[in-house]
Amino acid sequence: MNLFNLIGDFSTFFFRSLFIPWKIRTSKSRILEQVYSIGIGSLPIIIIIAAFTGLVSTVQSTYQMVGTVPRYLIGTTVGRMVLIELGPILTALMVSGRCASSMAAEIGTMRVTEQIDALEIMAIDPYRFLGLPRIVGTFISLPVLTIFSEFVALACGAVYAHYFLNIPFSVFSYGIIHFFAMRDFLGGLVKSLFFSLVIGASGCYFGFIVKGGAKEVGRAATYAVVTASILILVLDFLVAVVIFG
Amino acid sequence: MIEVKDLSKKFDDLIVLDNVSFTVGEARLVVILGPSGTGKTVLLKTILGILPVDSGVVLFNGKSIQAAKENEIYDIRKHVGFVFQSTALFDSMNVCENIALPLVEHTKLSSRQVRDKVQEILEIVGMAGKERLYPGSLSGGMKRLVAVGRALALDPKYLFYDEPTTGLDPVMRDRIVQLIIALKKDYKKSGIVVTHDLDTAEKVGDDIYLLKKGKISKLEQIKKEVYNG
Repeated sequence: MNLFNLIGDFSTFFFRSLFIPWKIRTSKSRILEQVYSIGIGSLPIIIIIAAFTGLVSTVQSTYQMVGTVPRYLIGTTVGRMVLIELGPILTALMVSGRCASSMAAEIGTMRVTEQIDALEIMAIDPYRFLGLPRIVGTFISLPVLTIFSEFVALACGAVYAHYFLNIPFSVFSYGIIHFFAMRDFLGGLVKSLFFSLVIGASGCYFGFIVKGGAKEVGRAATYAVVTASILILVLDFLVAVVIFG
Repeated sequence: MIEVKDLSKKFDDLIVLDNVSFTVGEARLVVILGPSGTGKTVLLKTILGILPVDSGVVLFNGKSIQAAKENEIYDIRKHVGFVFQSTALFDSMNVCENIALPLVEHTKLSSRQVRDKVQEILEIVGMAGKERLYPGSLSGGMKRLVAVGRALALDPKYLFYDEPTTGLDPVMRDRIVQLIIALKKDYKKSGIVVTHDLDTAEKVGDDIYLLKKGKISKLEQIKKEVYNG
């Protein structure tokens, strides 16, 4: 399959999954299931990633800036770094690694074991039944996870700064709050909304197009994560240019 | 009535179906007999519009599935239950949820009514009491019975069976055969059975066809040709 075919198929799949008449009664529970699986299920790994992101950002910022600028600016730097870039992108990459691969593997297995054919024969649209809840579930979960990870990162950074770098909580938080710009926060959130769409869509798309057996299912999981990760980086740049450029 | 007219299908240069024609009448079971790999499953899937045809037409009560729009195809499929060779049960759902899925998706029954309907179906297929089990913990034969149960959920007019007795022990094979016969006689279910098992074909079939090298021929006709030398 060449690149243009892939882009065409991927876009068709994406719009087909989202723009279909869906029955709230039967789709709601599956969307909630996905929100739980993606949101709550990803919390432990997100907490670990966010904690270390906050710690490393604080250490690096202090190393580069201490002694040259007022100490509260370390809080400012860490805050803006986390809100604009590190929070959204690291959370998205983690969720992509964890969820896009599992979606592709799950749907791919359903494809090779004829479960998707069974849905079609039972007159159940597989795009609505399998694609839509995962894409909408990721769309709801990722921004919430992003806000949560930003909070954890900043809290861990503040704790480290207080106990190990001699920068009191009040000084660190003054740096964050005083220079807080709503655009930074919302810009990060807008990014995470775009990221969520590519994670859900690539996880489902590569699952749907599986042909063959276990080997192809494994390959689909890999393609899903690699594609989602590349698209996340591309979108990160494009959204940054539009909002912050 | 299902009318299959001049259906042809090929994959690259391999001709799988070559002008296949037959009719499934009211309360009749058509058996398509043939060795593995001759395209019997492809035939079932093309009849239901899961696979596109190269030429020919399939009419469900006079309505062509090839000319139908997507929502019309779905409406036609609601009248057909399909028992897959692999069973294709949803492994993340238990027996009850598997059978209930079409009911939840396509009817406005309350949860209690759905539960009652599932119970009724489980009684018919002889799987009562197994509703909480997951497909992973069922034997091949039990999975086949649940698959028949799921196919019955919407009370379809037609049932398609893809190799319903393949890989089963003689006792379970006989149980499935008796179930297929009972569904035809007692519940007036018409349908198509594809199998490579001549014994099953003769027990359940009203009209038996042989599919070989893409061509279809009626078994009585073949027998006559053999007897006449």
